[in-house]
Amino acid sequence: MSTLRYTEEHEWIRMDDDIGTVGISDFAQEQLGDVVYVEPPEVGKTVARFAEVAVIESVKAASEVRAPVSGEVVEVNEALNDNPELVNSSPIGDGWFFKLRISDLSELDDLMDEAAYKTYVEGLG
Amino acid sequence: MSGADSDPLKHTPLYPLHVELGARMAPFAGYEMPVHYGQHIITEHLFTRAQAGLFDLSHMGQIRLEGANPAAALETLVPGDIAGLEPYKTRYTLFTNEDGGILDDLMVTNAGDHLFLVVNAACTAQDIAHMTARLDGNLRVRELSDRALLALQGPAAAEVLARFAPGCRDTVFLTAAELIIDGTPCFVTRCGYTGEDGFEISTPADDAVRIARLLLDQPEVRPAGLGARDSLRLEAGFCLYGHDIDASTTPVEAGLAWTIPRRRRAEGGFPGAEVILRQLANGVERKRVGIRPGGRAPARAHTEIQDPDGNKVGEITSGGFGPTVGGPIAMGYVAARVAAKGSALRLMLRGTPRPARVAALPFVEPRYYEAHTTEAHTTEAHVAALPSVKPRRYRG
Repeated sequence: MSTLRYTEEHEWIRMDDDIGTVGISDFAQEQLGDVVYVEPPEVGKTVARFAEVAVIESVKAASEVRAPVSGEVVEVNEALNDNPELVNSSPIGDGWFFKLRISDLSELDDLMDEAAYKTYVEGLG
Repeated sequence: MSGADSDPLKHTPLYPLHVELGARMAPFAGYEMPVHYGQHIITEHLFTRAQAGLFDLSHMGQIRLEGANPAAALETLVPGDIAGLEPYKTRYTLFTNEDGGILDDLMVTNAGDHLFLVVNAACTAQDIAHMTARLDGNLRVRELSDRALLALQGPAAAEVLARFAPGCRDTVFLTAAELIIDGTPCFVTRCGYTGEDGFEISTPADDAVRIARLLLDQPEVRPAGLGARDSLRLEAGFCLYGHDIDASTTPVEAGLAWTIPRRRRAEGGFPGAEVILRQLANGVERKRVGIRPGGRAPARAHTEIQDPDGNKVGEITSGGFGPTVGGPIAMGYVAARVAAKGSALRLMLRGTPRPARVAALPFVEPRYYEAHTTEAHTTEAHVAALPSVKPRRYRG
């Protein structure tokens, strides 16, 4: 299943078995502006739901990327070291941040699906 | 300083144009100002260095100081050489307080029968009150609130402006002229805050949108917002008032002693002279320096600076990403013992020490138009002819 689920903080997670790929939404990258640096988490780190996992620096400001669900970091996107602008050009594709082995799949139920997230973002107008 | 958060934000005369251009607006010094225009900040920054950016500076205070000998009067409030400023020459100087701290930084132009001052938006009211209280009754301090201020900055600026006002070709860096643009008399100063050649154009408020459109219609010009203005000035090594300089920093600590010429050092007679002259003689304990963080992570204002042994030696005052440099850049105050270029430092980023070094300012070499030659350049001879002002360091 390749559908995206979103947090209110504009992270998305895409599931592939028990591995979830995490990034930030197009709305979030647009708000941040030019991304110039991404500080990835350590592979092997166990993270709690909504814990700050990565740092993203744009020209304007620094912000955190949180884990949408709890789990273990199994991979980080090395391409962002040299090309942090992938977050702007491909936020839900090549600009992903890290992959999590999810410890409790039921936590996904608390996240928004695409339609709900779209409505949520429109409400932020 | 600026009003309370609850005050409604003010708009500059260019506000309708910003909205029309799709600017992302944000509060700045009590005004709703454009941060960028749909494009990304980096694009506006690089375009300004490659061709020309048009900035709205109408939030800044434009002040006319008139009466009997305004230059001598202003010298009682600033440590710069104002009496020696020839007609239609412009100079960077500082309002200082009795402790030697900096109340504001400003540009002063000798406009013939008066002085023309451009001050920071957040300090305008305070500066006017300060001058009114401290200068004698023969002088008039008048805020030109019916005027807008545009900055056209970049290597194409002169070529563009000359299409409408050929007389701009007769100006050089830090000189001013009264020019007619599209039938409107404007006061144009060849200066800026980007390290590039360019002009600051004072126009009547009612004509500002029309003149801005005229300039934006030129293929070499795009609008640029406060985001690009900040990264351009940081690369150029210029101080941002309220961040890199304030009432707690002195001109000597800030590396702005070059604005105090020999005569003023000998005569004194400006607020804080005792402190400032003592610092000039004996040195200071901390200095403003440029900093290059290692790696790619930007270090923002208030980041703690340590020496290699982990002792706190200062704090970042401005920091971010330099698009032309292609990496993180910063400035801040450090203890004098680690202020030499190349000194190793550590920056505490999110609790983790990261290596950094003291770097020379500016980060990007300025390209001002300093003489009537075919290209903008700096020569030893020209610097020697201006002993009190190093033209490369100044802010507009």
